[in-house]
Amino acid sequence: MTYAFQAEGLVKRFGQTTALAGVDLAARPGTVLGVLGPNGAGKTTAVRILATLLRPDGGRASVAGYDVVRQPDEVRRRIGLTGQYASVDEDLTGMENLVLIGRLLDLSRSEARVRAAALLEQFDLTEAGGRRAGTYSGGMRRRLDLAASLVARPEVVYLDEPTTGLDPAKRDDVWTLVREQVAEGVTVLLTTQYLEEADALADEIAVIDHGSVIAHGTPHELKAVVGGQTLEVRPLNPADVPAVATLLEGVTGHRPDSPARGVLSVPVDGDAALAPVVALLAEQRIEVTELSLRLPSLDEVFYSLTGERADREAQGSGERDGSPGGEPGRPGTQDRNEPDARGPREESPRGHLSGAAQARTPQATNRKEAPAA
Amino acid sequence: MSTETAVRPAALGGPRRSSPGFRVLSHSLTLAWRSLVKTLRTPEQLIDVTLQPVIFVVMFLYLLGGAVSGSTDEYLRFLLPAIMVQTVVFATVSTGVNLNTDIKKGVFDRFRSLPIARSAPLLGSVLGDMVRFVVCIAVLLGFGYALGFRIGTDPFSALAACLLVMVFGFALIWASVVIGVVAREPGSVQGIMFMLMFPLTFGTNMITPTDTLPGWLQWWVKVNPVTDVMEAARGLLTGGAVAGPVTHTLLWSVGLFAVFFPLAVRCYRRKA
Repeated sequence: MTYAFQAEGLVKRFGQTTALAGVDLAARPGTVLGVLGPNGAGKTTAVRILATLLRPDGGRASVAGYDVVRQPDEVRRRIGLTGQYASVDEDLTGMENLVLIGRLLDLSRSEARVRAAALLEQFDLTEAGGRRAGTYSGGMRRRLDLAASLVARPEVVYLDEPTTGLDPAKRDDVWTLVREQVAEGVTVLLTTQYLEEADALADEIAVIDHGSVIAHGTPHELKAVVGGQTLEVRPLNPADVPAVATLLEGVTGHRPDSPARGVLSVPVDGDAALAPVVALLAEQRIEVTELSLRLPSLDEVFYSLTGERADREAQGSGERDGSPGGEPGRPGTQDRNEPDARGPREESPRGHLSGAAQARTPQATNRKEAPAA
Repeated sequence: MSTETAVRPAALGGPRRSSPGFRVLSHSLTLAWRSLVKTLRTPEQLIDVTLQPVIFVVMFLYLLGGAVSGSTDEYLRFLLPAIMVQTVVFATVSTGVNLNTDIKKGVFDRFRSLPIARSAPLLGSVLGDMVRFVVCIAVLLGFGYALGFRIGTDPFSALAACLLVMVFGFALIWASVVIGVVAREPGSVQGIMFMLMFPLTFGTNMITPTDTLPGWLQWWVKVNPVTDVMEAARGLLTGGAVAGPVTHTLLWSVGLFAVFFPLAVRCYRRKA
């Protein structure tokens, strides 16, 4: 199988700190790999190694088959880098920033101008092109940064937290631009602290914490494996709750929880339980206002994998905590935050999804043996 | 869209039009253009090569002129070429500071992720800052002329003096680049550089003749390369011994460049 980029067993230490403790990352051409993790997890270090800005202390990394350490110039010809902090030159205009990059890529003066104008147009910056980048708003700056990374028509683009600090509308703009690039065949490595962002853009997600990949798979696989599915029923008449509880226990063999008043929820394996439940509800003439089978949100996946609920405020993702994962008392998350939740990670530093999930959700691993392969 | 597809960067397999050496030069000049545009857009960055030397001239001229030379006219001939050298030496500080700021801001990360020579961003910054040397020399000669300073030699010698001072500045600037690359904060670059630059500039015969100084200081003034540069500038601008100081200046320039240029590139590369 060919990968647009691939990292195997990356290790990087800064003095006493181990930033990466053996990280594997890979993406097929034209896909988006989301690297998800809290601040300090090692996301940026991994990107910097893949972008030839840092040398790894161990492991290998390649882009389009070229080794980042031994053939850095070949790698640099094929990558575009968008910094965690929009790394445009504030004293230059948008146009000048892009022309500068074009000139450094050996375009002639006129070619560089044509390319810069086309990118400004594409990124809706034509009007602002003559203004100093220092006067740009946050969203415009990110767009210029993204445009600057695309001057060379790279095969692989690294987006290091491209929407951190942007309001939701600006964030959606950036997402659209990223999707357009992917549609044109560009491979994207996206690092983010926002689960919603990884879910929205990524074909596959690697969850990094403390320098190790603790889970890896498609967004769907991650949700399915880590949390299992939950069946939720809300009877129209609250008086029916006990009857529904008995019914659900009879079908699934689990005692239902009540996450909210008048709602019952019970873990299920797949959708097999849905039909009997519907049939029994009809038979007993119990009307329901809500009947749903849902996967856990990525928030739940992430917090259950890292066991770091307490850190969520510190991650500065407050504005996104209103997403479904922010609901308190969801079944199946609380009990996975025990101290021993960190155990499996140390045993398997490159912890595969199944390995990471096994200890906590045995019922789910039966279904997904090696989902990320 | 048709124009877009017509433009394929050489970076993507298009025809490479030139030799590696030419590419380094062309990339460096592109980055020098960037540095120049930045300087011209923030002219307040030029205070250290415009207002500051003028203040030094006025201050020393009227404070010390009478005491040292008996008259300000006589002292101006002695002082002005030396202040020119001092200003160029001080002007190297901001190159390191700006470089450190660029590295911290992440602008250099993008340059380093491009297929260009590692030395190009450094060379670009340095070449762009050469304009600061030109500005300070022009300001000092103009201001000196207004105060009554006259070139006592010929225009070619005067031009040679200006070029020599710039050559020395170009060599010394790499020390500033090294500190700019290595230091953690722009502020610490400034601190470290001025700590080095004060004894180098004031520990000379810039404002007083060497024989008025205590013995230990005379020793330092004599080994200090900046004294040679000041003597060479005096000789070429106002007359006097030239051969010795000019030779010393050129040798020191070659030596400083030979040490600090490779060191700067090495430190910059190690950061990657």
